Amino acid sequence: MEVMAVLYGAVMNTTNKSISYDARDKFILSKGHGVLGLYPALAEFGIIDESMLDTFLCDGSDLIAHPVMKPEIGLESSSGSLGQGISMAVGLALAAKKKGYSYQTYVVCGNGECNEGSVWEASMSAVSYELDNFTLFVDNNHMQSDGKSMDILSVSDKYTGMFRALGFQTIEIDGHNIPEIYDAFCEPHVSGFPKVIVGNTVKGKGVSFMENNNDWHHNRLTKNQYEDALAELRGGL
Amino acid sequence: MIQITKAKSKLWSRLGARATYGQAVLEIARQRKDFYVMSADLCQSSGLTRLREELPDRFINAGIAEQNLVGVAAGLAKDGTNVFISSFSPFITMRACEQVRMNMGYMQLNIKTVGLGSGLIMAQLGNSHYGIEDASIMRAIPGMTVIEPADGVEIVKTVEALCDYDKPAYLRLTGGPGLPVVYEGDIDFQIGKAITLRDGKDVAIIAAGTMVYYAKLVAEALSAKGIDASVTDMHTIKPLDTACIDEQLDKKLIVTIEEASVIGGLGSAVAEYMAGIPNKPPQLTLGIKDCFPHAGSYQYLLEQCGLTETAITNAVETMLLRNNL
Repeated sequence: MEVMAVLYGAVMNTTNKSISYDARDKFILSKGHGVLGLYPALAEFGIIDESMLDTFLCDGSDLIAHPVMKPEIGLESSSGSLGQGISMAVGLALAAKKKGYSYQTYVVCGNGECNEGSVWEASMSAVSYELDNFTLFVDNNHMQSDGKSMDILSVSDKYTGMFRALGFQTIEIDGHNIPEIYDAFCEPHVSGFPKVIVGNTVKGKGVSFMENNNDWHHNRLTKNQYEDALAELRGGL
Repeated sequence: MIQITKAKSKLWSRLGARATYGQAVLEIARQRKDFYVMSADLCQSSGLTRLREELPDRFINAGIAEQNLVGVAAGLAKDGTNVFISSFSPFITMRACEQVRMNMGYMQLNIKTVGLGSGLIMAQLGNSHYGIEDASIMRAIPGMTVIEPADGVEIVKTVEALCDYDKPAYLRLTGGPGLPVVYEGDIDFQIGKAITLRDGKDVAIIAAGTMVYYAKLVAEALSAKGIDASVTDMHTIKPLDTACIDEQLDKKLIVTIEEASVIGGLGSAVAEYMAGIPNKPPQLTLGIKDCFPHAGSYQYLLEQCGLTETAITNAVETMLLRNNL
């Protein structure tokens, strides 16, 4: 959530809707299930009309539970199948290099998603192609569908080191801390190197009954739970 | 436009399907700059060594990483640029199947995927390298065009046509060096429009890839036995040229031949279309039966699968006799 607020609010140029393809920064949500952080960011910064959020999950809506490519409403790719978005982002960054496009490419993936071999195929190529216009943000909430990531694959605390070993410019931050996120994106690329920001986060952050509780990986709120959650989030502001 | 001559047709036949693909892409890349070419550590096997040396900015190697190959191609194709990618047919259509489905199907990005060495030509390398299911799998992906050229000339014409085709497509290459020649000169090639090579009133033979050449031989053999067979090169198996099939419905028998599984490819496409037509002729569907053949030489494999001139001719005759057609 915070990473998309920072990207759309302060880092990317996409709020200017008239900007041309070759200049418009590209954002790929590789962890497509994080879409509930993306749609509000698009609305908040005027890329979509806020009323469109009310169509979420309605039949015929462009806003479903994973992004469906539609550049005119800020959705650069279709995702939902993990481990694919980073490859597309590599291709976008490579196209910019080859054609002299000025845009930057940003991609967000999850720590669980890093179980996918294709994440590492894409990462190896990002370094090999010397993509210093490419930034990967890993939303590292230490959990995934079946529970704690360390209980599922015991190497799940090694991703930062793995990216560093491949040759990424590597930054590890508190993924909820807005200034830290902003600074990490603003830190200039080392020439010839792609950048990875590993943001340590808490799943369900800000709502006590959801934090680190996998029952909320995919669930619905009752009206009371909704009001309690909203009160907690407002209190945290 | 690549000039098509009899000498070139002979050359492409000698080089085989993969090298012909590489030559076609190189010749076009010299003339126009609006596409990229990628492979997954199979530059040489794709006949692309010269292109890599002559036009290094246009060639990108993904390494042995087919999933990433498709994904990177998708990023390159996002602004509408055509991207040709190649690997051996099972690796690109099955290892990277979901990347193909998301990027070429769901997002309809302008990628041209080339399946090298499809069918049985990988011979002694074994079933790991054969293209048995690739046509079926690619045909099942919504919005995917599937093309299977008959010979070198048609490969070149297909690559040319794909350069001006702004939709995703799978190019299935069958046959190796010593590719049979079906076309000695230029042809009017249009994606989705079958080419009738021979008219006949009794039997309609519809074939794709290497089997088009065999279909011609079979038609000649049948003719000597008093059976008059037409031959159609159904190079585009999706979208299927149904108007062409409509013209064959007055025959006693429809025969489809493909160097691919009989489940899901050309034969299935024809059968799916004909299922809704009343009073139609029966169909004999020839191809690789539901099996992994015992690996060996290409000829040995074709014999096992009943895909030789003699075996096909016998199968057609038997079907006619058994059904009193």
